[in-house]
Amino acid sequence: MPPWFKKKQQRGFGSGDAGYARLVDNSAVDLSHGVILYLEDITVSFDGFKALDRLTLSIDDGELRCIIGPNGAGKTTMMDCITGKTRPDSGSAYFGQAMDLTRMTEPEIAAMGIGRKFQKPTVFERHSVFENLELALKRDKRVRYSLVAQVDDEVRDRVSDTLQRIRLEGEAERMAGLLSHGQKQWLEIGMLLMQEPRLLLLDEPVAGMTDDETERTAELFQSLAGQHSLVVVEHDMAFVASIASIVTVLHEGRVLAEGTLDKVQNEPQVIEVYLGR
Amino acid sequence: MRTPLLFRTLALFDTTGWIATGLFVAIMLVLLPLLHLALPEQSPFYVSSYVIALLGKILCYAIVAVAMDLIWGYGGILSLGHGVFFALGGYAFGMYLMRAIGHDGVYQSDLADFMVFLDWKAYPWYWSGTEYILWSLVLVVAVPAFLAITFGFFAFRSRIKGVYFSIITQAMTYAFMLLFFRNETGFGGNNGFTDFKRILGIPITSPGMRVGLFMLSGLTLLMTLLLCRYLVTSKFGRVLTAIRDAESRVMFLGYNPLWYKLTAWTISAVLCGIAGALYVPQVGIINPSEMSPANSIEIAIWVAVGGRATLWGPVLGAFIVNLAKSYFSVAFPDYWLFFLGSLFVVVTLFLPDGVLGLWKRLRSRVRRRT
Amino acid sequence: MMTKFLMLLMLLGGSLMAGATLDAALIHTLANGESDEKIRAIQDLGALATPEAVLVLKSLSDDALFVDGEHVFYLNGDQAIDAVTGLALTPIPESSDNVVINNRVRSELNTALSSLKLFDPKPSVRRKAAEALLNDVSPDMLPVLTKAVAQETDAGIRELLLLAVAQINLGSPEASLRLSAVQALENSSSPNARNLLTILLDPAHEPVEAVRRAAQASLKSVDNRLALSDALARIFSGISLGSILMLAALGLAITYGVMGVINMAHGELLMVGAYATYVTQGWFRLHWPQALEGYVLAAIPVAFLSAALVGVILERTVIRWLYGRPLETLLATWGLSLGLIQCARLMFGAQNVELTNPSWMSGRVALPWGLSLPWNRIDIILFSLFVLALVWVLMNKTRLGLFVRAVTQNRAMAGCMGVPTGLIDTVAFGLGAGIAGLGGVALSQISNVGPDMGQGYIVDSFMVVVLGGVGQLAGAVWAALGLGILSKFLEGWVGAVIAKIILLVFVIIFIQRRPQGLFALKGRFVDN
Repeated sequence: MPPWFKKKQQRGFGSGDAGYARLVDNSAVDLSHGVILYLEDITVSFDGFKALDRLTLSIDDGELRCIIGPNGAGKTTMMDCITGKTRPDSGSAYFGQAMDLTRMTEPEIAAMGIGRKFQKPTVFERHSVFENLELALKRDKRVRYSLVAQVDDEVRDRVSDTLQRIRLEGEAERMAGLLSHGQKQWLEIGMLLMQEPRLLLLDEPVAGMTDDETERTAELFQSLAGQHSLVVVEHDMAFVASIASIVTVLHEGRVLAEGTLDKVQNEPQVIEVYLGR
Repeated sequence: MRTPLLFRTLALFDTTGWIATGLFVAIMLVLLPLLHLALPEQSPFYVSSYVIALLGKILCYAIVAVAMDLIWGYGGILSLGHGVFFALGGYAFGMYLMRAIGHDGVYQSDLADFMVFLDWKAYPWYWSGTEYILWSLVLVVAVPAFLAITFGFFAFRSRIKGVYFSIITQAMTYAFMLLFFRNETGFGGNNGFTDFKRILGIPITSPGMRVGLFMLSGLTLLMTLLLCRYLVTSKFGRVLTAIRDAESRVMFLGYNPLWYKLTAWTISAVLCGIAGALYVPQVGIINPSEMSPANSIEIAIWVAVGGRATLWGPVLGAFIVNLAKSYFSVAFPDYWLFFLGSLFVVVTLFLPDGVLGLWKRLRSRVRRRT
Repeated sequence: MMTKFLMLLMLLGGSLMAGATLDAALIHTLANGESDEKIRAIQDLGALATPEAVLVLKSLSDDALFVDGEHVFYLNGDQAIDAVTGLALTPIPESSDNVVINNRVRSELNTALSSLKLFDPKPSVRRKAAEALLNDVSPDMLPVLTKAVAQETDAGIRELLLLAVAQINLGSPEASLRLSAVQALENSSSPNARNLLTILLDPAHEPVEAVRRAAQASLKSVDNRLALSDALARIFSGISLGSILMLAALGLAITYGVMGVINMAHGELLMVGAYATYVTQGWFRLHWPQALEGYVLAAIPVAFLSAALVGVILERTVIRWLYGRPLETLLATWGLSLGLIQCARLMFGAQNVELTNPSWMSGRVALPWGLSLPWNRIDIILFSLFVLALVWVLMNKTRLGLFVRAVTQNRAMAGCMGVPTGLIDTVAFGLGAGIAGLGGVALSQISNVGPDMGQGYIVDSFMVVVLGGVGQLAGAVWAALGLGILSKFLEGWVGAVIAKIILLVFVIIFIQRRPQGLFALKGRFVDN
């Protein structure tokens, strides 16, 4: 049997395709052991190059975790695996105790309560800021509901709350494409908030922000930790230092070190990877 | 609280939009039919049956253009195979028209002439029931819908996008064209269906029937516009355009693009099928060349000329291109292809938003100056 | 070339061995006798079947045999050759009459000449004669045939001749002769042999049991060989179709596969190449008719350059403004294709134009297992391999290829490193277009050349590129061959139209299962 057929079967034709976009009460995620995300032995290879090599990682509920690592360490690939964009060649990824992420599609995973911010800010440039947030709102996302959905007062309230939080109050009717880079980053974070996810994956959230904006982002993230779990990939060490309690260092698709920032910064392997001896 | 339906309908267009709609209704559904039916032929204002037939044909094309705009302009999915849905709708209704010929064909047989010619003894199974107009109308909707759903489901599920999708839709219509060219397929081969006599007992060439079909096409176009306008202004439409602009973002928000695309795609295909069914009795013939890749790609240019993602633009585009076509084919038949070809080039290079976009740009410039 | 040399050798040999070769009385009867005597002389000369006899009979048939008193001679260039001795006559006789024959004699002469064709120095002529024999063979030709078999050097023709002999023997009243004929047919692989043997299975036709049984056995082995040769023929025509698809798709593999430009006018660039071939042929006819045979070779650079020129113009004027907007490119290039078609119509007329294959591309070559392959197909397969090698070297071994690959992978970075990206785009597009022009040369030799010819190939060539995987030359090659062979086998089962439909459906399904094509790139950059 040619290899691609096997691939397809793994994806699981119609593995609960029908119900994924239904409004899910994501408190249903089984957090009985206090762990919200558990990756075990994940391996992904592209044409022989191993982007992830038996990666094992676990995130506690309510934790704010920073992931650092040099380019090509596999940070983005890891996020792709968690959100269903890339299927791991082997290994398992669990959301809570019972949800196998490797068997779910991207929309299913998103509906279960994992939100993701891309490295490059991705908003709907030809929609207004308001519409961007409205589309992100946690609602039933199946076609038949979208066909009859209306913008009611509840939607307006929720959107204006979030607008305030991301400091875009005056921009509601503006085209998202006209925002500055930093504003787009904030809008995307705002869209994540509208989704009310349990777990937020943020890929370089402060890239292109001014110092002031970065500081406010740090405040926002800290206020989110607790009710939400956050995984932040970032190169800006000052930012990492300002928010994280625990830092994970990835290198060549594996966890190189884990612990407080001070601790990992003093590990010899980490220094070697970053400075090259 | 939910807004009442009437208000929601009224909110579909702005004032200019409703004025345009009113003008359209006044001209297409009232003025032209009256001028054709009520005036004597000598009158300088008499609208000839040639004009009625030509405009009726273009109205059908305009429906197709609006349907194409829904999927291309708003969904970002360029189909190069919409001709196949149009033709399938035409063939589905054409089957009824063939059965309605009765014994008045050349061979005066129960069977359609081409079947007698092929020495067939009975109608094949898929022709059964087509002597009833209602069943054939069901087929007009069901056949394009079925093809669109099967094709679209597999294509969108495999995340085939952009040019890839365009190319396989082209291959699809090409395959159907080859299939329908065969005599054995049972749809008249090369010649297709023609020589229709009547619908529901009324002769197809009578002025009443002609005007009736014309008005029906105009009405269908109007309904199509309202439906598509509703779709694109609803949350569904916002999700659809969001998919067009950033599909993966939409997925990570929890929407499955598959169903959104499939819905828009199927609605678009069904609208084409209906347009095809209206087209066939007015033109009097349907044959496999309607499925040629060239025909389908021409639909895209109507939309592009008028202006993508505007709904009214494609209507305008369909009229501009097709009126130009009938003018050229009489006046300079040798240069029609040059004109059409340069239209493709000029519109893509200089008029990315089509004629409507140009109009808007000029208007805003004039306003700024004053 | 070879054959001409042989002919010369034979002529020389004929004149050297002079004298004893032909009976003088016979020649004189031929020249001066009554009609009945002439016929007998013709038959005698025919039975001799020597090259000299053939020459004499041919001259007679061409009204080029002359009588001058005691000499009977024919002309060979400036020389007058004595029909009896085969030596040149000097001086050339001044007054002479040509030998006149009536229709009865002429028809006898034609029969003799046609059986003499079995001894012609050109294998192609002998083959044709032998093939003609199989349709109409009479028992009184047996002695000539036996002689021809003994002389024949070409295995394929020998096979045909033996078949003819067997055919005669099968009608013989002697069972033993029939049996040996049946056994001789065992090694044949022609459908005719199969037909003959099938008749023998009928007891009404063949009373002797042993012969029937032998016929059964022979039939089986003939059938096996026929099946094999049928399969081989299909594979060959599949490869041939595949090579054409590949030629049509290779240019596209560069413009679309590597540069990412959807060029719907690609088929029209094929057409430009084909018309360039046509124009070259016309030029040769007008200015250099002696070298007409070589016009196809001269057309190769002409077609490449003209298609490349058209491509460069298209790229500079239209396509370059649309990079990164594939759907717009698709529509604009479609518009360009319409313009090119209409140009061709206005310049060359809407009808197909006439191209003749040079002699080295016409005819067939015979292979074992009853296979005979047309030369033009073989030449095109070789040509497509040549083009493939050319493209591969250009893309992988030259600086240009390096630049093209660099620009397509990261335009900004390539620009920073001093690669003239705009120029590279133009050159690469011109290259792709030129290769399409080469495809046009090949197409002009096997199919109609007309304004619409390109339209038929656009769907096919996109199928090949998409199936093979974007950016993959190897993918395009395998996809073309695979589609070619598959389509030929399907045609055998379900007919051409359904085969084509099945293939299109197959490609559609395949792309859905595996959107990246046969040879996919994997990794993060795939989605973008």
